[in-house]
Amino acid sequence: MTRQEILNELKKVISPYTTNKEMLAQINEDTDLLKDLKINSANLVDIIIDAEAKYDIEIDYDEADKMMNVGSCIDVISEKIGQKQQ
Amino acid sequence: MGNRVVVTGMGVVSPNGIGIPAFLHAIQNGISGIKFMPHYHELKFSCQVAGMPDFKWDSLTNYISEVTLHGLKGTNIAYGLMAALDAWKDSGMDYDTDEPRWETGCVFGNSIADTEAMRNVINRVDNKEVKKLGSRVVEQAMNSGVTSYISGRLGFGNKVLTNSAACATGTQAILMGYEYIKHGYAKRMLVGSAEHVDTYVFGAFDSMRVLSRKFNDSPEKASRPMSATAGGFIPGSGAGALVLEDLDFALARGAKIYAEVLGGSTNSGGQRLGGTMTAASSAGVLRCINESLVSSNINPNQIDLISGHLTATNADRQEIQYWCDALDRRGDNFPTTNSLKSMIGHSLSAAGSIETVASILQIVHSFVHPNINLDDPNPEITKLVSVDSLPVKMIKKEVNIVAKANFGFGDVNSCLILSKFN
Repeated sequence: MTRQEILNELKKVISPYTTNKEMLAQINEDTDLLKDLKINSANLVDIIIDAEAKYDIEIDYDEADKMMNVGSCIDVISEKIGQKQQ
Repeated sequence: MGNRVVVTGMGVVSPNGIGIPAFLHAIQNGISGIKFMPHYHELKFSCQVAGMPDFKWDSLTNYISEVTLHGLKGTNIAYGLMAALDAWKDSGMDYDTDEPRWETGCVFGNSIADTEAMRNVINRVDNKEVKKLGSRVVEQAMNSGVTSYISGRLGFGNKVLTNSAACATGTQAILMGYEYIKHGYAKRMLVGSAEHVDTYVFGAFDSMRVLSRKFNDSPEKASRPMSATAGGFIPGSGAGALVLEDLDFALARGAKIYAEVLGGSTNSGGQRLGGTMTAASSAGVLRCINESLVSSNINPNQIDLISGHLTATNADRQEIQYWCDALDRRGDNFPTTNSLKSMIGHSLSAAGSIETVASILQIVHSFVHPNINLDDPNPEITKLVSVDSLPVKMIKKEVNIVAKANFGFGDVNSCLILSKFN
């Protein structure tokens, strides 16, 4: 999966947690989940749980702490997908 | 004396109507909201009928953001939110605000979180999948869930709290809001209560053998308060909500005024002198009603209508006796009395607020709703009071003052005195 493919999928995962759909349509790797998409910080947990289910991966607490913007989310997800394929 | 307190908005989610217009039509026409529940038949419940609102989750998209709706599973919270936000809109105010509304608070009651929704939590934990629970469980499991969702949506900045007093919860919530405004702590309070009687709570009552079990094939006849064939109550679900305001505050913004809360009382019989966990003591009930009259500065002969607790158990006769004794009115002199539970069943915590909404509608529209299923009144009751005081058809008449009481497990009582606004 390319980073762009993950980003496109990530939009769907994030969508239920933001009312800012215009911003969501235009996200890039620098988009901050809390500041730009105005996601409630408590909901980051739900996004991680949904991402785990979508990609059939496990994201531990330390890695989850890094997932604050779109780029870092893609980093963690692509690394986990890579480990799964090994 | 304190400030005068008026009702400026109402909302309701009832088994026989959602929203004030539908509910008003239902109670004027004696429409039952009791339905057969196939699932309860499969579960081998003795009582297989219930009062369940015809509620659609999708309809909440008009009330809360899709982000809030996503992950909302607590049915009691959904009912409470809808009734509360309808009441708020009815009072002529907008939902959105950037600043907290410091002058407005909320007392909203409920009994138990939606245990059907919580079953998913229990299963995940037992399955060693606690990591998958997510962020939305705690806020819906906590007793203050309903109050928190309502207050968050509307930005309330005054007292925000949750009460719970079993079947007396709804009237108690209204009384608490009334007292805060009366004593000047708040200008406006959104008050009410919600209940979702899920399978597990229903089953627990079923096992107590306090539910009606002989009318499973004629659901609309199953709830029979004061009837000779009353054989237990029918659990109901829903929510009622009212906006209470300081009279001057309401007049200053040109609010429509439905009615006035004159006073009330909430107390307990202490589970002494005949009172127990499940039975009210006469001393407690009489004190509660008498204190309500004193705090409202009215005499018993001014009461036009009693909106009783009257659940359709053998406590109905006892309750009528209490009213006779507390008001010293009996026989032909007994006030007109009705029980909304004949149409919607007993919605536990929500009963008091839904019945208060019904009481105020009767004041505003000058009618008394019928007691349906009272074609065979209990002779022990008609020994105490005239059968004419227990109408089986809607009566058109001026209703100036209503006494609305509820009595709950734990020997807790609440009584409100509501009046036409003069």
